[in-house]
Amino acid sequence: MDVVWLSRLQFAAATMFHFLFVPLTLGLSIILAWMETRYVRTGDEIYLRMTKFWGRIFLINFALGIVTGITLEFQFGTNWSRYSAFVGDIFGSLLAIEATAAFFLESTLIGVWVFGWKKLSAKAHATVMWLIAFASSLSAVWIITANAWMQHPVGYTIRDGRAELVDFTAVIFQKFAIMQFFHTVSGAYILSAFFVMGISAYHLLKKQHIDFFTRSFNMSLVFGLVCSLFIIVEGDLHAVDLALKQPAKLAAMESHWETTANAPLYLFAIPDEKNEKNAVQIGAVPGLLSFLAFRDTNAVVKGLKDIPRDERPPVLLTSIAFKAMVGLSMYFALMTILGWFKRNRLMQSPLYLKLMLFSIPLPYIANELGWIVAEVGRQPWIVYGLMKTSDAASPVAGSQVLTSLIAFLLVYGLLGAVGVYLISAHVKKGPAES
Amino acid sequence: MTLQTTWFFLWGLLWAIFFMMDGFDFGVGTLLPFIGKTDDEKRIMINTIGPTWNGNEVWLITAGGVTFAAFPTVYAVMFSSLYSALMLILFALILRGVSFEFRSKVESPIWRKFWDGCSFVGSAVPAVLFGVAFANIFKGIPIDQDGIYQGNLLTLLNPYGLCGGILFLLLFLQHGALWLSIRTGNGLQQRAIQTANRLWPIVLVAAVVFLVFSKFATRLYDNYLEHPALFLVILITVLALLGVKYFLKNQRYGMAWIASAITIVGATFFGVIGLFPSLFPSSIDPSFSLTAFNASSSPLTLTIMLGVVAVFIPIVLAYQAWTYNLFKSKTTMEDLAYEDAY
Ligand code: HDD
Ligand code: HEM
Ligand code: HEM
Repeated sequence: MDVVWLSRLQFAAATMFHFLFVPLTLGLSIILAWMETRYVRTGDEIYLRMTKFWGRIFLINFALGIVTGITLEFQFGTNWSRYSAFVGDIFGSLLAIEATAAFFLESTLIGVWVFGWKKLSAKAHATVMWLIAFASSLSAVWIITANAWMQHPVGYTIRDGRAELVDFTAVIFQKFAIMQFFHTVSGAYILSAFFVMGISAYHLLKKQHIDFFTRSFNMSLVFGLVCSLFIIVEGDLHAVDLALKQPAKLAAMESHWETTANAPLYLFAIPDEKNEKNAVQIGAVPGLLSFLAFRDTNAVVKGLKDIPRDERPPVLLTSIAFKAMVGLSMYFALMTILGWFKRNRLMQSPLYLKLMLFSIPLPYIANELGWIVAEVGRQPWIVYGLMKTSDAASPVAGSQVLTSLIAFLLVYGLLGAVGVYLISAHVKKGPAES
Repeated sequence: MTLQTTWFFLWGLLWAIFFMMDGFDFGVGTLLPFIGKTDDEKRIMINTIGPTWNGNEVWLITAGGVTFAAFPTVYAVMFSSLYSALMLILFALILRGVSFEFRSKVESPIWRKFWDGCSFVGSAVPAVLFGVAFANIFKGIPIDQDGIYQGNLLTLLNPYGLCGGILFLLLFLQHGALWLSIRTGNGLQQRAIQTANRLWPIVLVAAVVFLVFSKFATRLYDNYLEHPALFLVILITVLALLGVKYFLKNQRYGMAWIASAITIVGATFFGVIGLFPSLFPSSIDPSFSLTAFNASSSPLTLTIMLGVVAVFIPIVLAYQAWTYNLFKSKTTMEDLAYEDAY
């Protein structure tokens, strides 16, 4: 395998692993801050115990988020040096702003939160967690803005063979970035809510610490419900924006081959890329694709056949990932709505609790699938329309990349295993008695 | 021109701050198996850096990010040329980061030994490799006109590179031992002080060897000979190193630590000033070198980033100083009883 392929595999492995931890950090920090605030407001010990119990999980997850993030910061240079030289003027500054404006705050304050229980007033201590939550969502703003620029480059000019910044506000306020930001963080919040609800369900099913876990469940239920409904509306708007900016990705997401007006949406379809058609397609809803993409059932939607073969993304992976993500988001909305009606009699709903327990991995899968849609669907471009992924890799030896790829898989495998072990041991032990 | 020059020195400053701040964390992690006799002592050592090491590590991320933003070509060529060395550093940093968090979570001696080993490797390896990498940059890296590296990992392990690696490790060990002298008590503190005292002459010898070796292995002194006033930087650095011993003798460990911090910043600037205007010199042909003038971002990006740094770095320094002040008391056995201590 060549350097480009190895680097793609390595980058995919590293970012996807990083994004196993990031969403929980983003959402659990908010849930924790809220729990601690309730403790400060009511003085009720149970909220303090909740903060400490969930806080321990938060810290283990946070450590893994950090160590996997550091490798990413440097991988653009190690593995994508031609890309870095091409986009550094714009992309590099967004990464640097992320570090100075957000990472510093987050990483400095986490130490204060962990070690500062006795050094700060209860109110100040809770404020620290709010600031951590703020800083982690702020870091998402910058990294997503950087990613959005690769999806839809704006505010640049090509000079001396590289993209140079001409309009900074265009870069940071572009619609694509804003849509992508809200989409990603709400996905992360859903994940965190389901995580807390699932673990609470585990203890409720065992009929232990009932008050503790009912409260934990209900606090995150509200959060999860709002975000699950929000992401459906927001995801739809995101797709409308996408239809204008990346027609090839949209066509791949829907495995849509022929350019037509009144384009139908298939509830289920399996593309056959070689023969440029769908091997299976069932459940056509006429005009729905046109409507979803352009808000007009008669609008013309570009098909993959009108996109040169060497500019088409992998259709199968993109479309399956997209449909599974959307399907899952319907499930999340359904489950949280159901939860709202059951919130006062959770103990009488063992089946619902069991489903919630087994739902913990699903938002993880939805988040990863989302990135597959975004990143695989952008191929063969690394910067949409400007630079191909195949031109972006570093001039390094394949053996070097192969070695580091294997090292990544081994080290990350070990870390993941230890992380899961520590978190589940802590979960099983349950909260400390008051 | 002035914009690029400003950025050149800011670039050096950020790396210097990173070495100064995370340097003592590296030192403490490396010393862990040697001066922590019991599990409690080891935990005390880790907890002296517990509240702050993470914030210190962000200086690395910022230094890397700023290299990307201000000198994208340097970011691209530097990190792809030093591919294997950088990967080793990153894996080491991964081990260090999780070892602090994981170690205390299970009460088995084997488990703890394993993570102690990881702290040691995860602290010593970056200390040495950053030294090796920077010494090689001082000396020049075999890159051709397209910025393609014509060497391998072993090319970096030349005598001058190794000398830089040893010097960095020793400086960080001393820095860490001084930190422990401030933040611990009793037997542990005595051992930390003893270690600092023993290390000092070795650091001095290594520093002198490095300064002399640089005369033969690099062209760093050219800038100094052109502007002799610059020798002041070297003078201050050496005085700071002598100050370490002076303050140690007078049992003023806080001052000794500050002197050691100045030594580290000075040692970094010794090289950065000598390099100017090169950031990544080519040893094949000086005309292939990447400099502040041929490898920088556009003036617009440099201006925006200057604004960002001018606003945020002072704020960061302020709240980091606040944090250090909050955790300035000695770490004791009582701190270990606390549930989330490392
Ligand atoms: C949607 C949010 C998001 C996304 C898409 C990414 N990250 Fe991330 N990252 C975070 C949100 C985040 C976070 C939640 O803010 C973390 C997790 C733990 C932490 O400290 O911050 C983090 C940690 C983190 C760290 C360690 C920071 C520290 O020590 O405080 C680095 C260097 C990066 N990330 C870099 C990246 C890069 C280069 C990415 C792109 C490939 C990336 N992250 C994707
Ligand atoms: C953390 C969440 C992310 C995940 C899970 C993710 C996932 C992926 C995947 C699966 C690939 C491989 C695609 C392929 O080669 O077919 C990829 C490639 C890539 N992504 Fe992302 N990505 C994430 C965030 C980002 C961000 C925020 C950026 C930029 C700031 C980015 C930049 C890239 C680059 C440079 C590549 C390599 C070139 C390529 O193969 O497209 N990614 N990512
Ligand atoms: C009806 C619901 C949803 C729709 C219509 C939708 C739509 C989309 C679209 C169009 C993209 C690709 C955007 C791009 O190319 O950059 C995407 C990406 C993504 N999705 Fe979704 N999505 C939905 C639900 C979800 C849910 C429930 C989650 C997670 C819990 C999720 C997580 C993600 C993530 C992490 C990405 C990658 C980041 C991004 O590009 O925004 N999505 N989604």
